[in-house]
Amino acid sequence: MPKNLSILVVEANPDKARQIIDALMAAGWSDVHALAQISGLERSIKMHAPDIVLIDLANPDRDTLEHLSLISDTKARPVAMFVDQTDEDLTQAALTAGVSAYVVDGLQMNRIKPVLETAIARFQLMRKMQSELDAAKRALEDRKVLDRAKGILMRQRGISEEDAYSLIRKTAMDQGRKVIDVAQALVTAADLLS
Amino acid sequence: MSPTVLNCGYVPLVDCAPLVIAKELGFAAEEGLELSLIPQPSWSALRDMLALGHLHAAQMLSPMPVAMSLGLGGLTAEIDALMVLSVNGTVFGISQDLGEKLRQTDGAAEFGDPDGLPQRLANIGISHLRIGVPFHHSMHRLLLEYWLNGQAEQADLEVEIVTVPPVRMADAIEQRQIDAFWVGEPWGSAAVSRGVAELLLPGSAIWAFAPEKVLAARREWLERNPDDVRRLLRAVHQAARWLDTPKNKPLAVEILARSEHLNLAPELIDPAISGQLITHQKGFPVSVEHFLLFHKRAAHFPWRSQAAWIAKQLGASPDGIARAKQCFRSDIYRQMLGGVGADLPGASEKIEGSMRHATAVASTRGHMILGPDAFFDGKTFDFSGES
Repeated sequence: MPKNLSILVVEANPDKARQIIDALMAAGWSDVHALAQISGLERSIKMHAPDIVLIDLANPDRDTLEHLSLISDTKARPVAMFVDQTDEDLTQAALTAGVSAYVVDGLQMNRIKPVLETAIARFQLMRKMQSELDAAKRALEDRKVLDRAKGILMRQRGISEEDAYSLIRKTAMDQGRKVIDVAQALVTAADLLS
Repeated sequence: MSPTVLNCGYVPLVDCAPLVIAKELGFAAEEGLELSLIPQPSWSALRDMLALGHLHAAQMLSPMPVAMSLGLGGLTAEIDALMVLSVNGTVFGISQDLGEKLRQTDGAAEFGDPDGLPQRLANIGISHLRIGVPFHHSMHRLLLEYWLNGQAEQADLEVEIVTVPPVRMADAIEQRQIDAFWVGEPWGSAAVSRGVAELLLPGSAIWAFAPEKVLAARREWLERNPDDVRRLLRAVHQAARWLDTPKNKPLAVEILARSEHLNLAPELIDPAISGQLITHQKGFPVSVEHFLLFHKRAAHFPWRSQAAWIAKQLGASPDGIARAKQCFRSDIYRQMLGGVGADLPGASEKIEGSMRHATAVASTRGHMILGPDAFFDGKTFDFSGES
């Protein structure tokens, strides 16, 4: 398979940009560049003459890229991949993974597809890692709040840690609320009163 | 019966208010709808999500469905406008430095006077003006081009239009990537409060009644789900009416500021809702009539002639204009809202720009007040031939 395509990745976060580039390079594409600032896009497109531009679907700069695709001369006109919906599955997969691709100058679908598949796989992986990281952070935060709430009850009412936890849990069940919400309310109230 | 869930996309701007109010004040629930509001990072992303079926309906820039019906831009899909969500509500501003120069050269001009402004800008030594707009197919760009067409050349002013996401408009002007902007609220007021820009015109100074955002859906979806369409239209109609009731405005600002959907401070939401704009950091609020309309003057009626005007500005042929008219669904609007006491205009097209003042016209319940809808240059547009 010919792997001499030139690929431009628009991504402000250097870690994420690195990961996408690494994934593409590992799959055999060597001509991959990253761009952090959309303001340099027009120049960058002229310099590297990319065949494909990859950008996160959540990136607000997509509208700027879109504008460029409508006004630039026909020689270097990036066109949203979604225009060519010949491969419905691939389009949906890209959308779900959160990657959008702009293809310059009528590149054949069979040459785009492997690039996009590699990018989709990487975006999915990054998304999963991010949500795991977020979940871990949240769990840690919740634990701190719960510990503080238990501490407050133990001091104020002179009960054991186990009883403090039971009390919070029972209150939560009685009120149809989450344990963490009751704990948070207690901590907030204690902060206000202290 | 459990409510029908509708996924509705929006971009967090003040003019998405009818959707937020429909949800938060229970107008949607009354219709048996659970409105799931899904914020979108860009207009392109919103368009893709709607066109590919991940959203049932969405707030859109009014030129987007028209452009798509003409086969322009990113994606071809049949997207229709069910109603206009908001009229006007945008501002034109320039960097603080240029504003200062303008004042020193020819004194303070009145806010909202577009005549001769390109010449005044040229007089302070500007030959190349970079203007940020949020999206290529936006009313912002169309009004800007309509206004500057001819005038900029006459003044020897070279204009470059750049797309900048609205949330970054203030940064872009501060970092001198642009000299001016045309943007929807709150981002004009946000740039003023940061002391990096001042406002020169409300959008209504160019066209007194410009359809700004529409409620859009895929044609195929709305043909298959008339019941959901009716409920959605009724809920948003009620919300818009509530929003345009003067006594509700302070409360509306509070609700919008508190809701998770906008994530904006009340002082940024207030200018657009109250029509009281602070045009430069040390200035007093200026009252702008019809700065942003949701319901008054039949604001949400999707006039076919509005779609035609947009298509004409986008360079459409008579055929294209006729096609564009078909995507502003005044027929569905009449059918769905006729039965619930909404007053409807007698016609579905008007001569755009013909009302210099508020005008009484025939309606289903007698008479209703429309307009003004004049253009700054007094031109009128009659599209009754193209259908």
